[in-house]
Amino acid sequence: MGRYVARRLLQMIPVFIGTTLLIFLMVYTLPGDPVRGLFGDKGADPATLAAMRHQLGLDQPILQQYWNYMSGIVLHGDFGTQIASGRPVTDVLGDAFPVTLRLAAMAFLIEIVLGIGLGMVAGLRAGRLADNVVLVFTLLIISIPVFVLGFIIKSVFAFQLNWIAPNVSNEATWSELMAPAIVLGSLSLAYVARLTRTTMAENLRSDYMRTAVAKGLPKRRIIGVHLMRNSLIPVITFLGTDLGALMGGAVVTEGLFNVKGIGGTIMESIVRREGTTMVGLVTILVLVYLFMSLIVDLLYAVLDPRIRYA
Amino acid sequence: MTTIDKTAEVPSARSGDDHVGPLLEVRDLHVEFHTRDGVAKAVNGVNYSVNAGETLAVLGESGSGKSVTAQAIMGILDMPPGKIPQGEIFFRGQDMLKMSYEERRQIRGQKIAMIFQDALSSLNPVLTVGYQLGEMFRVHQGLSKKDAKAKAIDLMDQVKIPAAAARVSDYPHQFSGGMRQRIMIAMALALEPDLIIADEPTTALDVTVQAQVMDLLAELQREYNMGLILITHDLGVVADVADKIAVMYAGRIVETAPVHEIYKRPAHPYTKGLLESIPRLDQKGQELFAIKGLPPNLLRVPTGCAFNPRCTMAQDICRTDIPALSPVTEQDGTELVGRGSACHFWKETIHG
Amino acid sequence: MPDAIKTAPATEDPKTAAAEPVAVKAEKARSLWGDAWIDLRSNWYFIISSVLIVILLVMTAFPGLFTGASPTKGDLVHHFLSKPELSKVGSPEWLGYDLQGRSVYARTIYGTRASVIVGISVTTLVTVFGGLIGMLGGYFGGKVDALLSGFTNIFLGLPFLLGSMVVLQAFADRTVWVVILALAFLGWTQIARVMRGAVITIKQADYVQAARALGAGTSRILFRHILPNAMAPVIVVATISLGVYISAEATLSYLGLGLADPTISWGIDISGGLSQIRVAQHVLLYPSIMLSITVLAFIMLGEAVRNALDPKSR
Repeated sequence: MGRYVARRLLQMIPVFIGTTLLIFLMVYTLPGDPVRGLFGDKGADPATLAAMRHQLGLDQPILQQYWNYMSGIVLHGDFGTQIASGRPVTDVLGDAFPVTLRLAAMAFLIEIVLGIGLGMVAGLRAGRLADNVVLVFTLLIISIPVFVLGFIIKSVFAFQLNWIAPNVSNEATWSELMAPAIVLGSLSLAYVARLTRTTMAENLRSDYMRTAVAKGLPKRRIIGVHLMRNSLIPVITFLGTDLGALMGGAVVTEGLFNVKGIGGTIMESIVRREGTTMVGLVTILVLVYLFMSLIVDLLYAVLDPRIRYA
Repeated sequence: MTTIDKTAEVPSARSGDDHVGPLLEVRDLHVEFHTRDGVAKAVNGVNYSVNAGETLAVLGESGSGKSVTAQAIMGILDMPPGKIPQGEIFFRGQDMLKMSYEERRQIRGQKIAMIFQDALSSLNPVLTVGYQLGEMFRVHQGLSKKDAKAKAIDLMDQVKIPAAAARVSDYPHQFSGGMRQRIMIAMALALEPDLIIADEPTTALDVTVQAQVMDLLAELQREYNMGLILITHDLGVVADVADKIAVMYAGRIVETAPVHEIYKRPAHPYTKGLLESIPRLDQKGQELFAIKGLPPNLLRVPTGCAFNPRCTMAQDICRTDIPALSPVTEQDGTELVGRGSACHFWKETIHG
Repeated sequence: MPDAIKTAPATEDPKTAAAEPVAVKAEKARSLWGDAWIDLRSNWYFIISSVLIVILLVMTAFPGLFTGASPTKGDLVHHFLSKPELSKVGSPEWLGYDLQGRSVYARTIYGTRASVIVGISVTTLVTVFGGLIGMLGGYFGGKVDALLSGFTNIFLGLPFLLGSMVVLQAFADRTVWVVILALAFLGWTQIARVMRGAVITIKQADYVQAARALGAGTSRILFRHILPNAMAPVIVVATISLGVYISAEATLSYLGLGLADPTISWGIDISGGLSQIRVAQHVLLYPSIMLSITVLAFIMLGEAVRNALDPKSR
């Protein structure tokens, strides 16, 4: 087990380097100039621009810039400085990140509970009414883009029924985040339900399930012990990679409900071509993604002995 | 239709109850599968019985309905698409098809147990073998985890798995094929059931291991005086262990007989064909006989005798009338106990 | 042959037996695709989604067939607060007007083009590129696979939406093709993984080993034996992702990072309608409905194809 973890950790290093390099190249080699963007439409004289570029290290070769930036992260936890405000990126994120994390965590929880629940209902009744109802429901959810779903929920529950406030306050309490979390988690919820349903329906027909019935086990045990454990393995793989995606996808939801999370920061930095902030943000999301995939790999090994001993 | 009669002196049932008669009796069982392409009639009126301590071998090709019959007895048919439109399955005189789910569950594992062909896929890959064995005791006898584990080790010892105590926490994929099949056997034996159904228990194994596993099964059966239904397509496996044989074709029993008689004098052209297709040392160099054609499509079973398109003896009557399983007699009319054949020309086959 | 019951679940026993003699009886043996086609013809999902998709394709090619009104020329005589006249089906005022006095109906019809073109183009690019990467990695294994898998994993680590936002922000002039390339740039990983998995499974199949033993060359094995058999899961994923890409384009346009005026896109219209959501919901309602129906059509098609090609999942 220890060796397995070590191997997975080692394998993550090149992925981390590759992904961050990719994002770095995307931000800095594509057309568009963060320094010029700083001055807006007015423009500035070339000497000022050059001086600023030099000060920010933007005149160095791209790989050198990447090296400086990454060593800053690894050695000092320094994710760079926001050009416009001059504040460290970690500070800027420090305010917004907890809100987004809370939102994503809630969405994640909803996704797990409802997604697996609906998937189980459908999978155990494959081909029957409940299965078809869940199928239609999930297809609809997948088909309605998040921002459309957002304004549907907003206009129904906030404007028509007055159950919720249309905008989340600055405190972003758990109860206020409920509606945005449902919107954010809905798409993944549908995917989790579909995946759970498919693996359960498939495993229901496996030989070991037949054995479990032939052993005279009670239904609860057959499903709870023999079916669930095997069926959850692929679902967990999906869930693990999804937390990062939820945080990335929060941009839309946060905008809709006016949540003061990283969504606003991301949009702002993108509109202003704020390279450092963008790279810093995405790097953090990549770290979340890698961390979660490690957790998934460990869970996977715990759940499936065939992996552990491979 | 006749059922297979007793062929051997059998000790009475172990568990003390007042039921007399066969341990298990299948009467006029029908099973069909509703598929997209139509209704597949997998079992069409099967009758057989097994006594305590007796071994019945059910022989047939793929799709002959031998496994489906066993699954119907066990109550593990997938329904739907499977359906039992007709028939009775008596266990100790009680029709299991009329029992509630809970009543049947109490029988499964405790009274009737099953050994499957592919032990690797039939054992749960993510649970240790000790857990899967111990589960029988925990569920049916309410033992604690610790006691169940000790029992599991005992069982593994009994089926001759070396270093049982050390291997009880291993997972199925860590065992060899033969060892895995022993674990399946151990699981079936756990609660000392009255009847074991073994569905091709050795087919997936190497020839050398096959004999060991078969011997073990026969030995344990004698020890516990259990009834055994051995489902196989391999005539060679049957000869040493079975008391009587039922040959199935297209969902019907086409011939029944005590084991040794069938080898000497088959009374159905299909059985005859099967026996002739076994390679024999004294016929070295000759071309091996093979039954022509393929098993019938169960969606469109031929009219009359289902075997007629492949039969060397087929006449017009075979294409119109379904032959019933009728008693087989000597030429002089003396009854041959336990023998039956579903062929219009059984006399010609056995005596001709 | 050992008894067919070996691995097949109980219910398939009679089916297996039923399938074998079919060939003998001079009936046409059915292939996976033939079987799937029979299945699809009687599948409601397939019928509904195909009809929808045909209508959408006609809308893409000939929007003028559906409306005579111009989607771009607004006339402030038509006030956005005037209610849609739902009885006048197909007329410019049917679904009301937007802030600039343009017909919402006309814009909704003309908006189909961008969505469908983006969806189909991205899916094509992603299937070709991702499929190639996955096939090469899966087939050659070893170092080639390690390299290509690593490459795939690097792209996989980037959040899709965020990544395409970063790419798109760099382009001032975001035409349909820029959006297509941006989505394809980050979207190919899923197909690559599916293809790789399928190829690895098929590579070990007996018929591929047989082809190799008979001396077939690499390209023959890849394109004649492996590719046709690996296509099934790829087609399913591709069809479903077509809907997802349409949704992604709309989301990006909605955020102001996708298509921009004068291109007509549902995402832009929905975003534009948000400011009047309390007084004139029709401005964003109808594009939203069309957008959802379009995505639904492709996802339903994918679902139907999946069921037909993979009966196990039923």
